[in-house]
Amino acid sequence: MRKRHFWPWVWVVLGLLYFFVPLIATFDFSLRARKGVLSFDAYANVFDDTFFYQSFTFSLQAALLTIVISALLIVPTVYWVQLRVPRLRPVVEFVTLLPFVVPAVVLVFGLIRTYSSTLLNSRAGGYSLLVASYVVLSFPYMYRAIDTGLRAIDVRTLTEAAQSLGASWATILLRVIFPNVRIALLSGAFLSFAIVMGEYTIASLLAQPAFGPYMNLKASSAVYEPSALAILSFGLTWGTVALIQFLGRGAPGQTQLGGVR
Amino acid sequence: MSQLVQADTRDAPGMPAAAPRRSWAWLGVLPFFLFALAFLLLPAASIAINSFFDEAGNFTLANIAGLAQPFILNSYISSIRLSFVTALAGGIFGFLVAYAVTIGGLPGFLRAFLLTFSGIASNFAGVPLAFAFISTLGRLGLITVLLRSGLGVDLYRLGFNLYSFWGLTLTYTYFQLPLMILIMAPALDGLKREWREASENLGATNWQYWRYVALPILLPSLLGTTILLFGNAFGAQATAYALTGGQGNLVTILISAQISGDALHNPGLGNALALGMVFVMIVCIGAYTWLQRKTARWLRS
Repeated sequence: MRKRHFWPWVWVVLGLLYFFVPLIATFDFSLRARKGVLSFDAYANVFDDTFFYQSFTFSLQAALLTIVISALLIVPTVYWVQLRVPRLRPVVEFVTLLPFVVPAVVLVFGLIRTYSSTLLNSRAGGYSLLVASYVVLSFPYMYRAIDTGLRAIDVRTLTEAAQSLGASWATILLRVIFPNVRIALLSGAFLSFAIVMGEYTIASLLAQPAFGPYMNLKASSAVYEPSALAILSFGLTWGTVALIQFLGRGAPGQTQLGGVR
Repeated sequence: MSQLVQADTRDAPGMPAAAPRRSWAWLGVLPFFLFALAFLLLPAASIAINSFFDEAGNFTLANIAGLAQPFILNSYISSIRLSFVTALAGGIFGFLVAYAVTIGGLPGFLRAFLLTFSGIASNFAGVPLAFAFISTLGRLGLITVLLRSGLGVDLYRLGFNLYSFWGLTLTYTYFQLPLMILIMAPALDGLKREWREASENLGATNWQYWRYVALPILLPSLLGTTILLFGNAFGAQATAYALTGGQGNLVTILISAQISGDALHNPGLGNALALGMVFVMIVCIGAYTWLQRKTARWLRS
């Protein structure tokens, strides 16, 4: 029996080393801003930087907008498909999976080509394109989470019950369907949040002052602060994923697969 | 009861009141499709269509043929090589770790811990990931410095460079490995105890069980996930960009250079470049879906 457990231990230890050495190294590096002693100076510098707050709140706002728009698009669509037009299901599913086939850099390339002389002429237009492409990126995660969530409840009976009590479609959606999928919705939302917060490719190519481009810019002007930012981002991702897993206890079909690189 | 749903459609989104027979139900999904059309389908289609037209608007195959230029071909080759090696490394390593924490007989907390951590690590990519590896294996990185001062081994003098192919490989594997663990763990859980018992009853050794029972069942899933990892690395841009400062010779970096400053001096060629990427991704995702379906047949029933 001993011998049989030898190799599994080897793989797990190797895996843990590979996972943790870079994190430890980054943390160690982030503490070396003051010569000779370990200090949190790099973190203090990051928190003193107004651009940090500006870009962070910028991305936070974009993430929240993304989640709201994505939820408003996906929940009614999935509901309606399950209730009334099940034959469109494969089509909707296909469209929500397309962002996996179209890499972010290709998507933004197409968007810039399509809207270069219209939307991209204004500040607000660039921002809407950013949020719109984040909404597109969130489709696979939102759709899968909400589809699973809605399948777990009896949509038809709930709708009929609400209708027989005189509810309008808006009431049904807002007061019956949304509350019933809130857990699924939240896990999709947090996953989208994790993707949007550090997103670099689209934000930088659309020239938006987001957190991802800020971090990259910092790398050329500072030595220790980038490591502090990496640790902070890791903490943010950790917190988000922990929330998703906390919410998803016992719920099947959790999607937590990778996002945008 | 379902007539009730049919009858009361007054306030349905975008639904005209007087249309009881002809079904207008599809109008309910219109907002979603319009959005997808505007911000996903149309831009993607414009890339595909513009790949076949020159700047004057005439049909041409020159853009596609232009992909055969050495430096473009090289960027495809290095992207494919990087994706292939990281998919293989992440695939094999990830399978072994997933095996160890699922049916390897290790304490249960390790499984919970590693799966949770994989959920985080697979989402930890892009700029911060590049920073983490610079802090680890860059010229001033912890491991580089420790090896130099402790063992007298200078990685960079030995030819290692974080900003080169192998550095990128090591970095990419950081998001490939956890993805593999996350997908393979449920597949390994799906291996039925009865299969093992049956083969042991028939006198099979551990090796024979893996060779003739477990691996053949898992093979489509293994292959499929490795292909998914390939696509995952192939489409990645931010990690490589942050690591190499935009100097890397990868397709995604070439496309971003083309966007920010028409680096190819030919818009049509840029479209063809992007179309080529989508083509590779379609092949990957298609193969993945097909293979995943093949495994599901075994593991679900």
